[in-house]
Amino acid sequence: MKKMTSYSWSILFVAIVLGVWEIAARLYDKSFLFPSPSAILIRLWELKTELFIHHLPPTALTILIGLSISIIIGSTLAIAMYSKKPIEQAFYPILIASQTIPVIALAPIFVLWFGYSIWSKVAVTVLITFFPITVSVFDGLRSSDKNLHELMRTMGASSKDIFYKLDLPSALPSFFSGLKVAVTLSVIGAAIGEWLGAQAGLGYFSRRMMTQFDSAAVFAPIVLLSAVGIIFFLFVVILEKHFLHWRNHQ
Amino acid sequence: MTNKVLEFTNVSFHYQATKASKPTVIFDQVDWHVKEGEFVSIIGPSGYGKSTLFRLVTGLENPDSGKISLNGEVTMGRLGKVGYMPQQDLLMPWRTILENVQLPVELQGRKPSSDEIIQLLADFGLAGEENAYPGNLSGGMRQRVSFLRTILTGSNILLLDEPFSALDAITRLTMQEWLIDQWQKLDKTIVFITHDIDEALFLSDRIFVLAEKPVQTIREVIVPLSRPRTMRDLARPELMELKEQLIGDLRSEARL
Repeated sequence: MKKMTSYSWSILFVAIVLGVWEIAARLYDKSFLFPSPSAILIRLWELKTELFIHHLPPTALTILIGLSISIIIGSTLAIAMYSKKPIEQAFYPILIASQTIPVIALAPIFVLWFGYSIWSKVAVTVLITFFPITVSVFDGLRSSDKNLHELMRTMGASSKDIFYKLDLPSALPSFFSGLKVAVTLSVIGAAIGEWLGAQAGLGYFSRRMMTQFDSAAVFAPIVLLSAVGIIFFLFVVILEKHFLHWRNHQ
Repeated sequence: MTNKVLEFTNVSFHYQATKASKPTVIFDQVDWHVKEGEFVSIIGPSGYGKSTLFRLVTGLENPDSGKISLNGEVTMGRLGKVGYMPQQDLLMPWRTILENVQLPVELQGRKPSSDEIIQLLADFGLAGEENAYPGNLSGGMRQRVSFLRTILTGSNILLLDEPFSALDAITRLTMQEWLIDQWQKLDKTIVFITHDIDEALFLSDRIFVLAEKPVQTIREVIVPLSRPRTMRDLARPELMELKEQLIGDLRSEARL
């Protein structure tokens, strides 16, 4: 019940914002510049085939591939940094420094390298989501209880036992927090990648409509992008609830 | 009752210097032993080597010189041979009670038998809790789970490091009586760290006092009480005198 009330407040707030927006847009009455929410929804409906069949699948695919690569490389690097001090000392500062590079500015180089294929968009997505995953897994591994570590050693545990039975489970909560951040960023990454050059995709479509002064059609794919982000996010929340169900018992 | 299950011969140990501290000598040629089936306590102020003693026995640390023997056998690889119960219960929050208790069995590469452990949980007053998570249990229950996990290491020597210090006074008293009960049933040797003199007197056959820096001799005090004991026995004049004397020993050191 408590959860319901907290949701209903945010729904109410969104309803008010949309209401004000609708009224303002109708008063302003220049829908090619400032479309009303209802106009966006109508446009979304009109473009549904094109958006859902042609533009949603490549974007969703970019996000999925990008995230998967980030999870694999990021977790591997985090585990390597955790198990070998020299690797941590070599990579951790670089990892932090890499975040000061404006990823968006690097994106054109990926187009040069990977062309207009899906891989240039995947590269942008990986670059943007890699950091939160690596850092969260690394911090999660480091958060494992040192006393429990010693206790396991007194029980004759090998380093492998300690890694699988203590470090990995300890890192899971932090990994899921990082994954939630990464999922929301991945939508941005995919959209940016598509702006630079693509034949299809929600980000590409949105930008193309801008050049045609069809602002309702600029917004329509953005609504979809946001929905994709929310769906992926909810999926992570479901996974998290499943793997960390013991947290409900505290 | 005369077999020495745990014996230190001429053991010296020091901690390496760190940025924050100079090298600290903890033990200097110490001899010490515990006999089979005994319940002994170690008391002493903080920083006088109680925990180091346990680290040496469990094999987390090895002595600079001297020998430590377990069950008559001198060995450097003591890890996995002594049951150690830490001060905090250190249960894994993501494992159920049953899975937590099975940990040492798993680590030895044996197949844990759930039925047997569920029976043991029931004997420990934890019937029906096997699928609960540690977060759902009270402090006293968690300590019992932790104790059962220690027993399932299968070792005949159990080291208990201030296991009841975080419990409230009433729970603590119940747990002390319960522990004595278990010790008598289980036929194990127990070494118990505490800084509560009453607790040491009530539980132990012998008390060892660590009250010098570095430790050169571990002073032995035999508790002149037969079993079973009650808390009231501690009010006897000779016990009161012994207690005064122990407090005196610890206090004169703690002031330094």
